Amino acid sequence: MGVLMKKKLVVIGNGMAPGRMLENLLEAAPEAYDVVIFNAEPRVNYDRIMLSPVLSGEKTFEQIVIHGDGWYIKHGITLYKGVKITAIDRAAKTVISNTGVVETYDKLVIATGSVPFIIPVPGNTLAGVLSYRDLDDVTAMMIAAKSKGNAVVIGGGLLGLEAAAGLAEQGMKVTVIHIMPTLMERQLDPTAGHLLKKNIQDRGITVLNGANTKAILGSAHVEGVELVDGTIIPASLVVMAVGIRPNVALAKEAGLTINRGIVVDDQIRTSDPDIFALGECGEHRGTVYGLVAPLYEMAGILAKTLVDEEATYKGSVTATKLKVTGISLFSAGDFAEGDDREEIVLRDAQNGIYKRLILKDNKIVGAVLYGETSDGAWFFDMLRRGTDISQMRDTLIFGQSYQGGTPLDPSAAVAALPDDAEICGCNGICKGRIIGDIEKFSLKTVDDVRARTKASASCGSCTGLVEQLLKSKLGDAYNPSAVQPMCGCTELGHDDVRRLIKAKELKTIPALMQELNWKSSGGCAKCRPALNYYLLADWPDEYVDDNQSRFINERVHANIQKDGTYSVVPRMWGGVTSAHELRAIADVVDKFAIPTVKCTGGQRIDLLGVKKDDLLAVWSDLNAAGMVSGHAYAKALRTVKTCVGTDWCRFGTQDSTGLGIKLEKFLWGSWTPAKLKMAVSGCPRNCSEATCKDVGVICVDSGYEIHFAGAAGLDIKGTEVLGHAKTEEEAIEVITALVQLYREQGRYLERIYKWAKRVGSPSIKSAVLENPEKRKALFDRFVFSQKFSQIDPWEERTRGFEAHQFAPLADITRMQAAE
Amino acid sequence: MTNTWIKIGQLDDIPRQGSRVVKTASGDVAVFRTADDQVFALHDKCPHKGGPLSQGIVHGTSVTCPLHNWVIGLDTGEAKGNDKGCAYRFEIKLVDGQVFLDVKNTVRAVA
Repeated sequence: MGVLMKKKLVVIGNGMAPGRMLENLLEAAPEAYDVVIFNAEPRVNYDRIMLSPVLSGEKTFEQIVIHGDGWYIKHGITLYKGVKITAIDRAAKTVISNTGVVETYDKLVIATGSVPFIIPVPGNTLAGVLSYRDLDDVTAMMIAAKSKGNAVVIGGGLLGLEAAAGLAEQGMKVTVIHIMPTLMERQLDPTAGHLLKKNIQDRGITVLNGANTKAILGSAHVEGVELVDGTIIPASLVVMAVGIRPNVALAKEAGLTINRGIVVDDQIRTSDPDIFALGECGEHRGTVYGLVAPLYEMAGILAKTLVDEEATYKGSVTATKLKVTGISLFSAGDFAEGDDREEIVLRDAQNGIYKRLILKDNKIVGAVLYGETSDGAWFFDMLRRGTDISQMRDTLIFGQSYQGGTPLDPSAAVAALPDDAEICGCNGICKGRIIGDIEKFSLKTVDDVRARTKASASCGSCTGLVEQLLKSKLGDAYNPSAVQPMCGCTELGHDDVRRLIKAKELKTIPALMQELNWKSSGGCAKCRPALNYYLLADWPDEYVDDNQSRFINERVHANIQKDGTYSVVPRMWGGVTSAHELRAIADVVDKFAIPTVKCTGGQRIDLLGVKKDDLLAVWSDLNAAGMVSGHAYAKALRTVKTCVGTDWCRFGTQDSTGLGIKLEKFLWGSWTPAKLKMAVSGCPRNCSEATCKDVGVICVDSGYEIHFAGAAGLDIKGTEVLGHAKTEEEAIEVITALVQLYREQGRYLERIYKWAKRVGSPSIKSAVLENPEKRKALFDRFVFSQKFSQIDPWEERTRGFEAHQFAPLADITRMQAAE
Repeated sequence: MTNTWIKIGQLDDIPRQGSRVVKTASGDVAVFRTADDQVFALHDKCPHKGGPLSQGIVHGTSVTCPLHNWVIGLDTGEAKGNDKGCAYRFEIKLVDGQVFLDVKNTVRAVA
C-alpha cells in the first residue's frame, strides 16, 4: 500500500452554509478530502445576509466577502465559478456541468439554496422585475435606483422591508405591497407590526397592507403594478420578495426523496447515503430553514458526519432581527395566544417601545421586542434553555439589568450572562468562547474578535454585545486610570482602599469613611461588608468586627432561605463523620422538626428550614455532640473535600483524608475575600475533584501536587498547578501562605481564580513557592490572625454573645389581644 | 385620630445600623435604629418577595433586603432605585431612650 488515497468531496453551491461546513471540516480533518466546489454564481463565498447594507450603501461587496480567492488556493480547493451542475449520476457517482465538466465524487453535498418565489401574474418576466437573492440582484437594483424613480416592493417580510429601506436610501420612491394585514406577520404580532409600519412610513416609504397584486404592467420594461382593487402604482423597478422555495430541481431529477425541500435525516444525509443536502434546500424533520443560524448548526453537524464523527441535528429555535439601520426589532419563538399561555407586555409610547413576552408553564415561549432590543439575547437564551422565570416574573419584562436588585450598566448585563449564553446567533458563538479567545489571543478590537471567533462577522447585530465583552475584559487593563469604584459611596477602587487602610492606618469603618471622603454618611450594603473584611484581614488583633456591616448569614452564622428560615451545616472535618455525630444530627432534626436534611456538595449535611428562634438551641445540641459551625454561610474556609486515600483505597498514594482534616482544622475560621473551597485527592484519579476547587491537592507517590484557581460555579475552570511539596508539612505551609496572600490581595467577593487572573499566577508562585522568606512571613501572619478567629461562632453565641440577633425585641401580641 | 403607644424596649436594645423584630397580632414589625439614633418601624416583609427586612443591612435611612438586595427607605417604606413597591410603615417614637410603637396603627395598616 502506498499513500492513502484521499476521498473526493464535491459541493454543489457556494453559499454561506457550505462555506461554514468546509471551514469546520478543514479544521477537524484538513487532509480527509479533496474538495471541488461548483458555484453557479461567478464569485467567491460572501455574506448573503449583508446584502441589505450593500444595497443601502453602508457596505461594499468587498466588505462582505467571507472567503476570498486566497482561501480556496490555501486549502487546495478547486472552485468552479459560474459553472452550474445540470445532472447527478448516482450510479456512476458523478456530476455533470453546463460547461461539460464531469467530476466524480465519493461524497456529494447539495447546497443549491433556494429560489425566490415569483408570483404568477401577467408581466412577471418584464425587464425591471427583480428578485432579492444575490449580488446580481443588488447590483441591478442599485443601477435602477440611479433613476431615482418609483419602485414597488412586493412582500412586507424581512427581505422585502430591507430591500425597501435600501432602495429608499438610494433615493427611490418606494411602495411596499403586502398581502397580509400587518408587516412581518410571521415574526411579529400585530402591535409590533403596526409600530414597524409607522417607522417604515416615517422613512418616506408607502406601505399598502392587504394589497393583492393583479398584474405587472409594461410592454418591454416594467411601468407599474396593478392591484386587484384596480389601483395602479407607477414603477420603474419591481422587487419580488414574497418568499423563497428550496431549490430542489437537481435533487429531484436525481431521484432523491423530496418533500418541500430535499429530505435529510439528523446527520444531514439524503435518501442516498453518499449525498447530503445542506442549507435552505434541505428539509429536516419537516422544517425548511431560511435563517443563517440553523444553517450554520447544520453545517457543523455535516462536517462531523463527513469525518465519521457522531453528531445529531435536532432542529433549531430561531430568532429574527431586522437589519434596517435605526429600527430595532427582535422576535423569537412562538407568540400565538392560547388558553395555556400568559403574556407580559410593556408599552412606552413616548419612546416607541413595545415588548411582549409569551409564557407557558412559567417559561418563555415567545418574545417580541420593538424599539429596544438589548435584552433580546437574554430572553432568547432563557427561551432556548426553558428557564423557569417564576422567580423573576414581576420584573422580567424590564430586562436583565433590573433583576436582582440594583440596576446594572449594560456591560454588567452582558457580564452577567453565563459563559454558554449565545452572543452571536448567526455563528453560534457563546460568550465563553469570545471571552476565552480575548484572553488567549490578546484580542483588542471587534475586528480581532471577528477574525478569531466569527462572532459578529455575519449579520453584525451582536457587535454591541461583543464590544461590551471587550470592554468588560479589557476595560481596566487598557485604561488603568479608569478604576471601577467600590460602590456609589466612593471614587476609590478596592485596591486603592486596601492600600490606604495600611498607609493611613485606618482601623474602624467610621475612621475610614471620614479619612477617605466617603460620600454617604454610613456607607451602603456593598461597601460596608467589604470594608469590614479588609479591616479584619489587615488588623486581626485590633479591629473589632462590625456585625452590622455583615450580611445576615455571617451575622447569625446560618444561611437565610427564601422563606426567612435558615439552614444549618455543622463541620464534618474532611467529610468524615461518625455514628455519634449522625445520631446527634438525627436527634436535632426530630427535636426541632427540621423539614429537610440534605447532603451538600462539600461532604457534609445541611439542615434546612430551621426557624431563627431555634438556631441557638440547635447549635447548643450540636455543640454538645462535639460539632462546630461549618461556616457554610461565610466568606471563609468552607469545606476540605477528601477521598479515602491510603486508609482504604487500593490506588491511594498518601493519606488524603488525614491531610484534608489537618488543613481544615488549621484553616477554619479565617475570613477570606470570598468563599474558599478545597479538596485533597489521594491519587491522580482525583475522586474528590480537587482540580476544580479554589485550592486542591493531588497526592502522588513523590508527595503532593498543589493546585489552585479552579472554579466550578458561574464559571468552570480547571485548576493551575502551583507546585510540588514533598511532605505534608510543606504542603500545609504552601497552602497557608497562598491563602494568606489571597486574604491580603483579594478584592471582596473575588474568588481565587479571579484574583489569580488579575494579579497573574507567576507573582503568586513567586511569593508562596519560590521565595521561602516571603512564604514564611505569609504563613506567620496567617497563624497570628488565626489566634483571633478560631472561635466557634455557634458556641460563642449559645453563651449569649450578640443575643439581640436571635430574639425579638418584644412580643406585644398578648397585649393587643387584651385590648 | 387616636394613638396607642406601646413601649417595646430601650433604644440600646437595638444595635446601631441594626434592627429588631416586634411580634404583633398581625405579623412581625421590624424596628430599625440608624447610625445617628433615629428609629423607624416597617412591616417586616419586603414588598418584593416578602423577605425579612429586619435581617438586612441598615445604611443611612435605608435597609437592603437580605433576599434580593432591594433597598427600602426606612422613612417612607418605599423601594428605591428602579424597584417599585412599598412596605407598610408604622408610627414609632423615641422618648428618653425608650421606644414606643403605635399598635393601633400597626393593626390597621397591616390588615
